[in-house]
Amino acid sequence: MRPRKPPADAAVVMADVGVTLGTARRPVPVLNGVDLVLPRGEVLALLGPNGAGKTTTIRVLTTQLRHQRGQVTVAGVDPLRHPARVRRHIGVAGQQVSLDKRQTGLENLVMLGRLSGLGRRAAHDRAHGLLDEFDLGVASERLVETYSGGMGRRLDLAAALIGRPQVLFLDEPTTGLDPRSRTSLWEVIRRIVAEGSSVFLTTQYLEEADQLASRVALVDGGRVVAEGTPVDLKRRVGQARLEFTLATGPDAVRAAEALDVVPAAELGTEIDREGAGLTVTLPTDGSVSHVRWVLERLEHSGVAPVSWAMPEPTLDDVFLSLTGHLARPLDAVDASAEPEEMAS
Amino acid sequence: MSAATLTRDVGVLSGRSLRLSRRDLDAMLTAIVLPVVILLMFTYVFGGALEVGTDYVTYATPGIILLCAGFGAANTALAVESDMSGGMVERLRTMPVHAGAVLTGHVLVSLAKNLVTTAVVFGVAVAIGFRPTASPLEWLAAIGLLLLFVHAITWTAVFIGVIVRSPDAASGFIFFVMFLPYVSSAFVPVYTLPNWLAGFAEHQPVTPLIETVRGLLVGGTPGAPAGADLTSTALVAVAWCVVLAGVFAAAAMVTFRRRTAH
Repeated sequence: MRPRKPPADAAVVMADVGVTLGTARRPVPVLNGVDLVLPRGEVLALLGPNGAGKTTTIRVLTTQLRHQRGQVTVAGVDPLRHPARVRRHIGVAGQQVSLDKRQTGLENLVMLGRLSGLGRRAAHDRAHGLLDEFDLGVASERLVETYSGGMGRRLDLAAALIGRPQVLFLDEPTTGLDPRSRTSLWEVIRRIVAEGSSVFLTTQYLEEADQLASRVALVDGGRVVAEGTPVDLKRRVGQARLEFTLATGPDAVRAAEALDVVPAAELGTEIDREGAGLTVTLPTDGSVSHVRWVLERLEHSGVAPVSWAMPEPTLDDVFLSLTGHLARPLDAVDASAEPEEMAS
Repeated sequence: MSAATLTRDVGVLSGRSLRLSRRDLDAMLTAIVLPVVILLMFTYVFGGALEVGTDYVTYATPGIILLCAGFGAANTALAVESDMSGGMVERLRTMPVHAGAVLTGHVLVSLAKNLVTTAVVFGVAVAIGFRPTASPLEWLAAIGLLLLFVHAITWTAVFIGVIVRSPDAASGFIFFVMFLPYVSSAFVPVYTLPNWLAGFAEHQPVTPLIETVRGLLVGGTPGAPAGADLTSTALVAVAWCVVLAGVFAAAAMVTFRRRTAH
C-alpha cells in the first residue's frame, strides 16, 4: 500500500497494528500490521470473511483489547494510554444485542445515558428521542427479551448513540437479519452518517459496504489487502469478467478446458444453473484481442456458447481477485489452492 | 474519573441490579418465603426434639437470619454469572464507567434485600415467641454485625459468580454456604457435636457471629461455657467478616477486570 499521511483530525488511525492471541507456546497472530485511516465524517467499511481480523480490529479500537504492536488513535486519543478518554468519544454496537433482556428498551437506554454522563432528565429525553427515531416508541416499555431480531439490533444501535459519540463502531450490524430488517437498519445508519458521525463498520456483505461506506478496506488474514473508495477498488482490479453460458454440462467442461480454467463450480465462482444452462467465468482485461483470443479458443474446441456477457466488476470481484480465496487472477489458474480458513 | 462519577455509576447500576432482581420471581421467593418456611420448620418440627436450654425459636432465629444471607448470596452469584455471560458487561467495557461498579451494585442490592428478609424473619419470629431483650443500641450492633456478614458472604458470592462459567456452577455455591451455619452453634450447641466437628464449628466464622448476635439480642447462649467474653467473641466475628470481604472483594475485582479485558 502507498503510505499516506493521515489527516490530523482523523477519527481513527491505525499504523502497523499487530495483535497476537493464544499462549506464549502457541501464539495465534490475529492482526499482522493493519494500516487504516477513517477520516472524520466518513464511513469506512472493513470487509472480509470470518476470521479475517475484523472483530479484533474493533476490539482494539474500542479499548477491549490491547494491541502489542503499532500505533492507534481514536478521536485523537491513544487507547493504550487513555482508554477511559477514548470511551467518552465512542459508541459501539456489536454482533449481538449487548443489553439487558430483563429491562425494557427505555430502562436500558436511560441507564446507559446516565452512565455516559447525562442527568436524569436529559437521559430520559435522549432515550425517548432515540426510541422514536428508531421506530421503537411503542415498544419502549416492553422487556427487551420480547423484541424481534431487527428491533433488538435497532435498540443496540440506539444504545451506541446515547452519549452522542464522535466515532461509531458497528461490528457486523446486520449479520443474521432478514433482508427487510437489514434494509431498515441501513436507513438508520445512513441517517446517522448524514448527521455527521464518523462510522467504522465491519461487514461480510459486499452490498452493505457498497451501500453505506465512502471507503472500503478489504481485510484478509489479519492484514489490509486493499483500501479505497468502492469505485477506486473496482477500477484497481481492472478486470471485467467474461461469462459464457453453455447448453450442457459436458460442453461447460470442454469450454473450461479449452480456456484453461476449471469450471465455474470448482472455481467457487457463481455457477448459474437455469434449465440446462451452465456458465464458465473467466477474468479478462476487456481488450478486443483478449476477447477475440477467447472466442477463437472456444470455436477451435468446437463448443458454441449459448450466450455470453461481460458484466462490470463488482466489489465481489475485487475481493475475490485480491484475496485469491474464491476467484483467481488470469495468470494463476490453479485448482490446488484451497481457500484458507482462519480461526477467529 | 472522580468519586462523583463513581457514586453515580454505583447508584445507576444498583438501580439496574434492583430492577433485574425484582423481575426474578424465583429469587424473590427464595429470598423472602424460604427463610420463613425454614424458621417455622425448625421451630415446630425440630424444635420440640432439641434441648437447648431455652425456647428453640429464641435459640435458632439468629441462625435462620444467617441462612437467609446464604440464600441471598447464592442469588447474587447467579446474577453476577448471568452478567458475565450476557452482553451488558461487554458494553460497559466500552463506556466511561468504573470497572467494578456493576459488582458493587450487586452487593448493595444484596445488602438491601437482606435487610428486608431479616426484618421479615424477625417479625415472624417475634410472632411465634421470640423475645429479644436487647436495648436499641444492642439491636443496632446486632444488625450491623449481620450486615457485615452479609457483605462478606456477598462478596464471596460475587467472586464465585465472576469465576464460574455456568449457572449450575454458581448455584453449587449455595450448598457450600448452607453448610456453614449447620456446622456451627446456629441450630445446636457446639458441645453436642463430636469432638472433631466441634473443633471445626468453633473456629469457623459463623459460630462467633451467632454467639455475638445471641449475646446482643437475648443475653447470650444458655449453657455456653461460663466467662465467654462477648467483646472478644464480637471482635473475632468482625475480623472474620472484614477479612473475608476484603479478600473476596479484591479477588472479584481483579478477576472481573481480567475476564472482561479479552
